[in-house]
Amino acid sequence: MNFYAFFAQLVALAVALVMAPILNGWVNQCRAWLQNRSAPPLLQTYYTLSKLFHKDVLLAHNASSLFRSAPYIIFSCMALASAIVPSLSTNLIYSPAADAIALVGLFALARVFIALAGMDVGTSFGSLGSRREMLIGFLAEPALLMVFFTASLISRSTSLSTIVETLAHREFVIYPSLAFAGVAFSMVSLAENARVPIDNPTTHLELTMVHEAMILEYSGRHLALIEWAACLKLFAYSCIGLALFFPFGIPEAADPVSLAIAGAILMLKLAVGGFLLALVETISAKMRIFRAPEFLGTAFLLAVLAMLVHLLLEAGQ
Amino acid sequence: MTEFLLIDWVLFSALAWLSIGLVGVAFPRNFTLISRILFPLGAVVALVLALLALSGLLAGPQVRILPLGLPDLPFHLRLDALSAFFLLLLGATAAGISIYAAGYIRKGEGTAPGLQCLLYHVFLASMAFVMLADDGYAFMVAWESMALSSFFLVTSEHRHAEIRRAGYLYLLVAHIGAVGILLSFGVMAGSTGDYTFDAMRDFFHEGIWPTVAFLLALFGFGAKAGLLPLHVWLPEAHPAAPSPVSAMMSGVMLKTAIYGLLRVSFDLLHAQLWWWGILLLVLGLATALFGVIFATVQTDMKRLLAYSSIENIGLIFVGFGLTLVFKSFLLPNLAALALTATLYHCLNHAFFKSLLFLSTGSVLHATHERNLGKLGGLIHRMPWVAWLALVGVLASAGLPPLNGFISEWLLLQSFLFTSGLPHGYLNMLLPVFAAAVALIAALAGFAMVKFFGIVFLGQPREENLAHARDAGRLERIGLLWLAAGCVLLGVFPNVVIALLDPVTRLLVGSGLRAAASSHGWWLLAPISEDRASYSPAIFLGTIALLMPLVYWAVNRYYHGRLKRVPAWDCGFPLQTSRMQDTAEGFGQPIRRIFSPFLRRTREHPSPFDAKPRYRSIVEDPFWYWLYLPIARIVEHGTRLIAFLQQGRIAIYLLYSFVTLLTLLVLTRG
Repeated sequence: MNFYAFFAQLVALAVALVMAPILNGWVNQCRAWLQNRSAPPLLQTYYTLSKLFHKDVLLAHNASSLFRSAPYIIFSCMALASAIVPSLSTNLIYSPAADAIALVGLFALARVFIALAGMDVGTSFGSLGSRREMLIGFLAEPALLMVFFTASLISRSTSLSTIVETLAHREFVIYPSLAFAGVAFSMVSLAENARVPIDNPTTHLELTMVHEAMILEYSGRHLALIEWAACLKLFAYSCIGLALFFPFGIPEAADPVSLAIAGAILMLKLAVGGFLLALVETISAKMRIFRAPEFLGTAFLLAVLAMLVHLLLEAGQ
Repeated sequence: MTEFLLIDWVLFSALAWLSIGLVGVAFPRNFTLISRILFPLGAVVALVLALLALSGLLAGPQVRILPLGLPDLPFHLRLDALSAFFLLLLGATAAGISIYAAGYIRKGEGTAPGLQCLLYHVFLASMAFVMLADDGYAFMVAWESMALSSFFLVTSEHRHAEIRRAGYLYLLVAHIGAVGILLSFGVMAGSTGDYTFDAMRDFFHEGIWPTVAFLLALFGFGAKAGLLPLHVWLPEAHPAAPSPVSAMMSGVMLKTAIYGLLRVSFDLLHAQLWWWGILLLVLGLATALFGVIFATVQTDMKRLLAYSSIENIGLIFVGFGLTLVFKSFLLPNLAALALTATLYHCLNHAFFKSLLFLSTGSVLHATHERNLGKLGGLIHRMPWVAWLALVGVLASAGLPPLNGFISEWLLLQSFLFTSGLPHGYLNMLLPVFAAAVALIAALAGFAMVKFFGIVFLGQPREENLAHARDAGRLERIGLLWLAAGCVLLGVFPNVVIALLDPVTRLLVGSGLRAAASSHGWWLLAPISEDRASYSPAIFLGTIALLMPLVYWAVNRYYHGRLKRVPAWDCGFPLQTSRMQDTAEGFGQPIRRIFSPFLRRTREHPSPFDAKPRYRSIVEDPFWYWLYLPIARIVEHGTRLIAFLQQGRIAIYLLYSFVTLLTLLVLTRG
């Protein structure tokens, strides 16, 4: 039992580390197809990472030790986050270590470090990016927490594993609140992962950058780690979304056979999810930064609405 | 005296502080004695007090009557779990602050060192007496000496007019608050006329009187804590005071108000009404939201921290309100959960806010600058202060695995239970309030990134910053102590929760010790593992393990080559330190989003101006909505009354005559 949990944990972490860049590549591929461009290979993110790892680090004169340690901290945070999310099984040794609220805290920790690193060299774009990132962060965080609160109220637990077990394995009940929460969560994840319409991951215009502006001064292995961490974040968010709203197929058991089946189902769900993400990014345009409060405010209201719907309509069940 | 009890030892440590102060004032110019012996001695006494309080948490209540004071009114003292917890908070924080102060005080700054030593130690001792007092009279004496000594500490640089003004405002609000507390004691003493707390506990209040006593106490203690709208003194007094004093006031003195209100509402009054809790909850949320929004737009580093203190006090009151709600609906376990969150946050805030205030003190000494717009890049010149302040910043932003996160987590957990309240609409409304708590926590992160990023990161914004020197050895010890506290309180929550158990048992009749200790020291699961669990030790351990592992792997399989080059900044050739975000720039999104709540005046330079100046001032709207109208009414009223004073003796004789006649007419029947 405990051995299986340990095994499942290792497998989940390894799958996250390996699959995250591929998911990123898949989204880019889908987007290229949708936009009638010829697509980069699926493994393009790996090639980029490998190139970056081989390059020398060019460090600004003014960069401090915080700047140099931040990529390692951010990467560790994201690896830990993707280990906590029940992607392949709910029987993980890390699942009691953090519940949904702690997971939000972990993402916030990584965000604070990347924002601080953006301010460290003292360039105009860096602090601009940090300011915008913290703006998006404080707008998105409450909405995300409200989504988790709704799910927690349904399953009477903030533990992600318990939430998944409740939603996937108990008797089938339709929760209207989860529909609102799902829309809110999708909006928040677009913002948190620096996607269109809040940010543009492929932008080349500095004044519209958010995430890219903060990491402008990074190069070489530091940049590689940050890019990988960003892929891990997208992977973790996708897995959270799947766990909360499409939990079917995540087993409670952790033996190799069910892990393999769960892995296959996860790939399928991620492929569909990645395609949908590319679709959203293709059909929407990037907003001005001061439209972001409206966008995320809507997400927040939807999440609060989800909670109210649950309390009003579903609480008796 | 038959037996030597724990409370006597506590009393002795408070007296030791007083005598340290007296020795200091006896040799007011002997700088070496004061800074190298007396202040470190004060830190040792604080440490002893903390240990005594720790054992006091586990011992039962002890009482002592001191033959001091007025003839028929001796001082009653009492040490129970609640006072022991706050004494622990005082001792543990003061140990760090005192050792820092030993390195911080300088010759020729403010009042004479000997006088500062006296005032500082009187301040500490009177806070200890506040927590020990067991009758209204002793409490008020201690409370007032606390207010007075801290007033003189705030105005230690009294040659500046603005500091005198800040001190006066502080004194005024403190005394208006003290009147509220005194009246509240009066109501609770009722018809007995006995002002001991024992008599108040035994007296049964009827009808509206408990509510009156509670509201008066809320007004009085709220003024000290900085609850909206009585918060105005906080952002003025904290920047004015020397940094160890700001740390002491923000970290510990604000908590004496929480202590007082807890004492009144759970110990002295018997029944609690649910709407008291809702009132506290709403006031707390408003205070926290107001504090955090204003913290993000400040340009003075100590004002920023002062507003952040207002925010934290608000969060403490939110927890307090939830406790009252749960208690009034007879849900002792949930009340214990909310109360644990409240008390835990008191302890956390004491540590991280003292740490941050002290680090601003080091920055102030190194640069003589409080304005964020003239700082920057200090992590290179002051690495000790910067990295230790980073711990405080992360804790204050409520990030795992540090201590600020734990209390926030517990608070959100208790919010999740409000959906089960046996009340028609509270069970729908209260969970929604959690959204506001989440927003406040996220905004606190913004404020803290602004604080740390602008002070310590980037390029130095002024030339003289290149000569900034790191904190001295004693200052480092003080900062290290508080930073270690932030980490330990964050990583071993079960120990703290077990210590809080006697306090919650005393106040709400239930505790979390059993639930907390049943899962091993590393797993925090206050209700049940199935319901919610969090393990800061695993968090910290995993990150601490992964970081070197990744570092090693990257350097081993690739290379560790590194070149120092000029900053890239998208190839812009000209880069000056003035092109970074200023404090105003960083707060701009907040000013824009929350502009309806802020009162701001702006001056935009014209594009043809040869020497452009941009000015943006954000002011506290409460001055204009509340205080200035009140001041105007008072002034108007006094002018009307002044009409009576004509300054001619004939008129005063007429007044006496009319009074006499009126009295005669009244007494005739």
